[in-house]
Parts: sequence; C-alpha cells; structure tokens
Amino acid sequence: MRAYLPEYELKPAASLTEALTLLSDEPGVWKPFAGGTDLMVLFEAGKLLHKKFVNIWNLPELRGIEVTPEFVTLGALTTYTDVQANEVLQQEFPMLCQAASETGGLAIQNRGTLGGNIANASPAGDSPPALLVYDAELELVSTQGSRFVPYNGFHTGYKQMRMREDELIKSIHLPRVSKPLLHYYRKVGTRKAQAISKICFAAVTQVDASEIKEIRIALGSVAPTVIRCSRTEDVLRNRKVNAETISAARLELAREISPIDDIRSTARYRLRVAQNVLEDFLTSLN
Amino acid sequence: MADASRKVEINCKVNGEARTLQVYPMARLLDVLREELRLTGTKEGCGEGECGACSVLIDNVLVNSCLVPVLQAEGAEIKTIEGIASGEQLHAVQEAFIACGGAQCGICTPGMVIAAVNLLERTPNPSEADIRTGLAGNLCRCTGYMKIFEAVVRACQKQNSEARIQNPE
Ligand SMILES: Cc1cc2nc3c(=O)[nH]c(=O)nc-3n(C[C@H](O)[C@H](O)[C@H](O)COP(=O)(O)OP(=O)(O)OC[C@H]3O[C@@H](n4cnc5c(N)ncnc54)[C@H](O)[C@@H]3O)c2cc1C
Ligand code: FES
Ligand code: FES
Repeated sequence: MRAYLPEYELKPAASLTEALTLLSDEPGVWKPFAGGTDLMVLFEAGKLLHKKFVNIWNLPELRGIEVTPEFVTLGALTTYTDVQANEVLQQEFPMLCQAASETGGLAIQNRGTLGGNIANASPAGDSPPALLVYDAELELVSTQGSRFVPYNGFHTGYKQMRMREDELIKSIHLPRVSKPLLHYYRKVGTRKAQAISKICFAAVTQVDASEIKEIRIALGSVAPTVIRCSRTEDVLRNRKVNAETISAARLELAREISPIDDIRSTARYRLRVAQNVLEDFLTSLN
Repeated sequence: MADASRKVEINCKVNGEARTLQVYPMARLLDVLREELRLTGTKEGCGEGECGACSVLIDNVLVNSCLVPVLQAEGAEIKTIEGIASGEQLHAVQEAFIACGGAQCGICTPGMVIAAVNLLERTPNPSEADIRTGLAGNLCRCTGYMKIFEAVVRACQKQNSEARIQNPE
C-alpha cells in the first residue's frame, strides 16, 4: 500500500547548525534526509515507518571532497558520480570508484550519497567493504561538536550503529598511504547496473618477495553487517601464497562469515562464492 | 488522524517557466509534475528507481523523479520531456528515435530520450560502452534495446555533422 502523504514531514534546514539543533532538540523525532534513494523507495512501498525528516541535501557543509597530504575527506553528501569524477580517488582508492560505478544506474549515482549508504546500514551496501579496507574514519557531528570513529566496528548489528540520534555523519576520512597497494574488488550480482549484490568482496594487500605483508579484506552480504575479516587476514599475513595458504584461508573465512538465505541468494551459494572469490584474489597475487 | 504535514510553497522553474506550487514537501516530484502541472510526458514505471521511465533533469543532472521529494526541487531548474523539443522542431535524439523505431509502447521513451540527451550533452562522442552506461538505468520491455542504441548513435552523428557545418575547420 502507498504511504499516506500528508502524514510525512520533510523540513528544510538553512544550515548544518539548524539541522543539528532540530536533531538535538527532539532526539529520535527527526532523521536526516539526503539523496532519498533508499528512503523514497520505502516511502513509495508504504514501508517508511519513520515520518519526520530534515532535509540535508542542500547543506554545503556536508558536500565536497578535500585532499590533504594525509587524508582524502569526503563530505557525507558525496554522490557516486562525485566519487568517480575525482582523480585522487581514481588513483589511490580505485575500489571506491569501482563500487560507485556499479551502484545503480546514472540517475541513482547522481543522487545516492556515501553518507546515506553508510547510515542506511544495509549489509549489502557496495561501498562499505571498500571503505573498510581503506581504513576509513567517520566524522560524526551534533550540537555538542564533532568526534571521529573508525568505520571498522561502526556497524554493531543489523541496522545498528555507533551513532547517537542527535548525530549525523559529516564526512568520511580516508588515510592516504604512500606504499603501493594491490586492490581487488568484486561485486557478484545478477547484472551490472541496478542489481543488489549477492556478495561483495574488497581487499588490499602488499606483497613483498612473494610473501603477504599488509592485508585487509572486507565483505558485504555475508553477515548482519558488512565485515572486516580480520581472522582471515591473520591467517594470511606473513605467508607465501600457495595451495596450503589458500585452503587455510578458505577455512577461516567460512568460520568468520555467517551468510543467510534470502530472496537474492542462499547461504550455501554465498559461502562458496565468497571462498572462490577469496581464492581468485589470492591466486591473482602470484 | 491529524495530518502532521502542511503544504508548503515551492518555487522552481519547469521547462524554463517559473512555477509556484502548494504541495506536501514529501510529494514525489513525479506526481507533482504529472498531477499538479499536468506534464504527463514523464512516466511512472516502477516507482522505485529501477526503470528510469520517470527521468528528468534537475539543474542539468539526470534523476529519477519518483525518488525526489518536491521540497528538494526548491529553486531548481527542471527539464522534462516536454521541454526537449524547441517548439515544433524535435531534438535530434527524438528524430532519431522515430527514424530508427526506437519506441514501441512508448512508456520508456520519455525517460530514454532524457537520458540520451543528457548523455550526448556530456559525452558528444560516446563509445558503445558510454552509451550502455548512460542508459543503464533505463529499462525497455519492448524494443530489445538495439533500436534505441542505434537511435543514439544516429543522433550523435547528426549532431556532430551539424556542428561541423556550423563551425567548419
Ligand atoms: C535502483 C536502485 C539501485 C541501487 N543500487 C545499489 C547498489 O548497487 N549498491 C548499493 O550499495 N546501494 C544501492 N542502492 C541504494 C542507495 O542508492 C544507497 O544506499 C545510497 O547511497 C543512499 O544514499 P541517499 O543519500 O540516497 O540516502 P537516503 O535515502 O537519503 O537516506 C538513507 C538513510 O541514511 C540516513 N542518512 C542519510 N544521510 C545521512 C547522514 N549524513 N548522516 C546520518 N544519516 C544519514 C537517512 O536518515 C536514512 O536512514 C540502490 C538504490 C536504488 C533505488
Ligand atoms: S518510475 Fe522512477 S525509476 Fe521507475
Ligand atoms: S517501448 Fe515499450 S517499454 Fe520501451
């Protein structure tokens, strides 16, 4: 059933301060509304239970990509189109660009934001695995000021996150690394544009004398949240890539993830594909 | 139940004309265009961002109007399919759709044309991959896409040859 339109409020905010004041005056009553690509789908389906929103789409404080020698800072309203157009991101964070290019079609990429993708907290989000392996940090703001939290651990359970009701995501910080890393990103879905992934795999690594030194792996759609697979990383660190390492890593990955059956796929399929993609990634290192 | 929301005043430009609307802020731009402004060229296919039938340009950016609450159109310039032709003169993309048989039932056509016009404005010489990416958010249940694809190529050739006539080297 369609939503009953007059029940919904969408308040304009002239500034970030005004939006934050609204969030903190009545905690939990107001929620931010960014590009609307998640919220409007729920709204039209009559499944948007929350009814009061504050429009943040027009706030310049939440927009823009800033580059310093140590960090690339992406405003929460950075769209998938903005991501793909940025040269520093293309060179140093290619998996984020790839995730962006595989998120919906152009019209979705023009409106969908990274902040919305994170806060929507879908375990099937395609940018979060890339953000996890790039060791992203989030800047959260409220009327009380701002604080930084590591993105790894931000999602604490299905749709649960370390963000208060009076806070919103201001920006995403990506530490720039000077060492060259190898990047590997795979989204497995039914088709390229639009489709929600069955699994999504992101990894960065640094191999020295055929031994894995630095390694970070994250997956989407295999647990209640997107996850960093730190135990699988431990199994791989300081090892040479050979058949033994690969099978040890496959085993550990199976223990670390907890895929489920749903409309898009089955637990068995997801486990198998996650392991196969991991193996493909490791094999590509030789 | 008491209605929480009041209608608000939204000022925007639609196809070059200034408009003032009294609307609920969460109303979908799609519905406002179709029902308030009677611009029924913009179609609804899926209502969930999947099909592109509702494509319009907001400040020259391609969007799905089914996913845009009208509050976010405040101060914006909106272009719909009704604003693509110049008077009686069809846009090169529209002519090419006719010439190539790029439209059958026509439900996807306004969105396809908007997406194609947007593509050619940004990428005057699109590769095959560019055309695929530019139209990836638009679904067609009738044509099988090849004729739409051909229409975009044809429109592109026509535009470029006209540009050469106007600016000879
Ligand atoms: C057709 C279609 C295809 C899609 N394909 C993909 C895909 O392939 N991969 C994928 O990952 N996603 C996909 N999506 C989902 C969607 O586009 C993304 O999740 C998008 O990034 C959400 O951003 P938004 O600004 O539109 O969020 P909104 O809909 O505005 O908000 C989403 C949630 O985030 C909250 N929020 C928004 N901004 C902030 C902020 N700054 N701080 C705190 N909370 C905030 C809102 O309160 C809301 O709960 C698709 C959606 C559609 C309709
Ligand atoms: S009706 Fe808007 S995308 Fe299908
Ligand atoms: S012509 Fe019928 S959907 Fe495209």
